[in-house]
Amino acid sequence: MALLKVDNLHKHFGGLHAVNGVSFEVQKGTIKAVIGPNGAGKTTLFNLICGALPADSGTVAFAGRPILGMKPYQIAAAGISRTFQNIKMFPGMTALENVMVGLHTKSQAGFWAGMLHLPASRREEKKIRTRAYELLELLEITQFADIEARSLAFGQQRAVEFARALASDPPLLLLDEPAAGLNIYETAEVARLICKIQQQGITVLLVEHDMSLVMDISDEIVVLSFGQHIAEGTPREIQHNQEVIQIYLGE
Amino acid sequence: MTLELFSQYIFAGITYGIIYAIVAIGFNIIYNTTGIINFAQGEFVMLGGMTAISFNHYLPLPLAIICAVLVTMLIGALIEIAFIRWLESPSVLRMIIITIGLSIIIREMALHVWGDSVRALPYFSGNVVSSITIMGASISPQVLWVLAVCSLMVILLSLFFKFTSLGKEMQACAANRLAATLCGINAKNMVTFSFMLSAALGAVAGCVVSPITSSQYDMGTGLAIKGFTVAVLGGLGNSMAAVAAGLLLGIIEAFSIAVGFPLAFQDAIAISLLLLILFVRPHGLFGNKEAARLKEF
Amino acid sequence: MTTKKLSALALLVAFMVGVQLTTHVTGTSYYLTQLTMTIYSCLLIIGLCLVMGYAGQISLGHAGFFAIGGYISAALTTFNFRPALEGGSSWVELLNTTGLFTSRTSMFGEPLLSVQPWIACLLAVSLTALIALLIGIPVLKLKGHYLAMATLGFGIIIFRIVLAMEIFGEADGISDVPGFTLLPGLTVNGNLDNRVVNYYIAAAFLISGFALLLNLIDSRVGRALRAIHGAEDAADAMGIDTARYKLYTFVLSAVFAAVAGVLLTHYSGGISPSDAGVMKSVRYVAIVAIGGMASLWGALTMGGLLNFLSLRGLFGSYDDAVFGAILIIIMLFAPEGVLRLKLWCKLKGHKEEG
Ligand SMILES: Nc1ncnc2c1ncn2[C@@H]1O[C@H](COP(=O)(O)OP(=O)(O)OP(=O)(O)O)[C@@H](O)[C@H]1O
Ligand SMILES: [Mg+2]
Repeated sequence: MALLKVDNLHKHFGGLHAVNGVSFEVQKGTIKAVIGPNGAGKTTLFNLICGALPADSGTVAFAGRPILGMKPYQIAAAGISRTFQNIKMFPGMTALENVMVGLHTKSQAGFWAGMLHLPASRREEKKIRTRAYELLELLEITQFADIEARSLAFGQQRAVEFARALASDPPLLLLDEPAAGLNIYETAEVARLICKIQQQGITVLLVEHDMSLVMDISDEIVVLSFGQHIAEGTPREIQHNQEVIQIYLGE
Repeated sequence: MTLELFSQYIFAGITYGIIYAIVAIGFNIIYNTTGIINFAQGEFVMLGGMTAISFNHYLPLPLAIICAVLVTMLIGALIEIAFIRWLESPSVLRMIIITIGLSIIIREMALHVWGDSVRALPYFSGNVVSSITIMGASISPQVLWVLAVCSLMVILLSLFFKFTSLGKEMQACAANRLAATLCGINAKNMVTFSFMLSAALGAVAGCVVSPITSSQYDMGTGLAIKGFTVAVLGGLGNSMAAVAAGLLLGIIEAFSIAVGFPLAFQDAIAISLLLLILFVRPHGLFGNKEAARLKEF
Repeated sequence: MTTKKLSALALLVAFMVGVQLTTHVTGTSYYLTQLTMTIYSCLLIIGLCLVMGYAGQISLGHAGFFAIGGYISAALTTFNFRPALEGGSSWVELLNTTGLFTSRTSMFGEPLLSVQPWIACLLAVSLTALIALLIGIPVLKLKGHYLAMATLGFGIIIFRIVLAMEIFGEADGISDVPGFTLLPGLTVNGNLDNRVVNYYIAAAFLISGFALLLNLIDSRVGRALRAIHGAEDAADAMGIDTARYKLYTFVLSAVFAAVAGVLLTHYSGGISPSDAGVMKSVRYVAIVAIGGMASLWGALTMGGLLNFLSLRGLFGSYDDAVFGAILIIIMLFAPEGVLRLKLWCKLKGHKEEG
């Protein structure tokens, strides 16, 4: 069974049909890429899946369960985690704290526990901190733990954002242009990271403009243009698809 | 309710309503060029009325009003130049707090200059007791002055935005500040103009209603809340809808008194309406969600 | 609690004690009255600081919550149920037997039967919390100007209500509010011989409230609040129920305001409509802004300083104007608050270089 199933999804912004009847599936354990020219509706598609924007119509099912109409935090708690096209670090927080926020769904302490500093919440806090540190280790960025995340270099912020998104142990990870603004070395590093993440059994859906990265790592590719689903297939098939070539050459 | 009484309430309603609309338009003009809600908008109305009353000791009424409007415009411009112009992309919270601070300062200065006594301009024509009968209602000629002057302002304003180059430039800034700047329009000056314009509008309104409602140093906050209610009711930024919304609020208030709603809670009507609108239709009664994004004067 | 936090709190306690001892030694104990009032205001201000600085929501209606707390407690503890009891009202009789009422005599020697202060206080605070919850659900969906205006509107409505209703004393407010005996021997009232005790009662409330909030911002919830403030959509994507967190914070701060309202009302023996006024709310916002928004210590310091100076009448008839001017100046030149002025300049210079 597909882990994520998007069916006939629509979204209008005024007169603009940003997502126009898109359907596809993401199989468990695979890496799937969404590509398409600027303004094709890729980020909008992600926002619809995560509940950040309400869809006009269509369905999205995650692990067999419909999630459209759920609040973003509920979808996150259900197991879909994401990164943003323009990295969104929490200002004034260190890299470690950013990842600790990512562990929100893995912990419970509420207002009372926090105010009274109950032993249970103190223990939990310690666990959160240890786990966040492990995640930084996984991404090989422990040296930045206590530095304010926003002041890090772009590539390092990406890594923190990955750690933050992975913190909730999500079955599905959505990455919006993870290599945007990175140089070729950093891009190669990101590609390696994504494969590492996949090996941990996490399914990945990513949007990316860097074709060599996409062709390298993805198992399957969906092509969008002007909100419409144009083609879908393995990297090889997409590379030889006339319509896709047309879209990219026509740009 | 007899027809006379009915029209009496209607007239009372539109008199107040159109003043609310003018305050709302003042909000809109500044909102459109800057994205700021100027919490000191009500103070412009107060300043217009109070300065005109002071000038009227030395000058004939028409001249006093003109001077008062000019002074208020000048204050509007100074406020913008001193407190707004040089801030680079300030956060909304910061702007809210600054304009609230300004409204307090203006109000407190007014208190020190004029004291807390209630004053009023003389009636423009006739006096307190003179009245005209329209549709069975006997109304003060000042009501007609209010309606005429405010309607004229609304018409002039829309002509200004349609046909003068300054008006068009301001509109261009509202639609797309960056593009307007690239076309050689000085966006910062447009913001100053917008402050002057809404200060002037407020001042004129403050003068024409002064004989009816009187002026006092602290009248601004109440007017600002109602003006804002009206602006939101019409959809923030949309001035023609604000006129309709203003009249609606004025008439609702008038009839709430008619059905015996306690006067002390009259302000609560506008505020409850504001809260209600914000919760159910934040893009306004007349607009739709998409249109609310398009700025229009 | 970390040792750092503990030692900071210990310093605060030492400071409070030091102030009292100083007034004792210098024979200026009359300062204690204003200091006590200042402390209660600070209790409200640190609560507002949590809403503004940590949850990132502006509230121009906090004087409203203060007033709801104070007025309800005042009305319940001054309303005379004796006529109703003598009139044979069965439910008053019933309540009287449960011990919810207490008898005393008024200033004019008239026998009074009114609600026991503890009961009144609990009712006042829980009602405030309920109102904050009901108002907060729709209001906190709003942002920016809309939120500011909606909370301002709420504040004005509360002001109008207390001004217009007879049981709230209309323009005069409520006076002759009895003392509030917290524990035997510990009574919140304005008696001069009880001044030192009351100073310490207030200080105890403030310090424990402050410690609770310090703990909170240092916890999972505090982190979530800071995340919401910093990047709400990203916080959402981390599985944080942003609406609920904002709402709880709002209610919590309303409770702080209500407790301050109840205690200050019993301390000063009365409450008047100006305590519910919009200017009061703006003042609280000003103080939080000066303290640096997201700084409980800043809010506490500035709240203590400015409230005390204002109560001492230092600003004379320019009291409100001073707060207006402070607001503008801080927002123009030091939006991060005066305590962090230097840091802000440094960061700004840093950015321009980079
Ligand atoms: N909130 C919004 N309101 C109105 N229009 C929007 C909104 N978000 C996106 N759009 C429009 O929808 C279209 C699709 O945008 P989207 O960001 O999804 O494209 P994209 O495929 O992610 O592009 P890119 O490769 O540049 O990131 C664009 O034309 C964009 O201007
Ligand atoms: Mg995109």
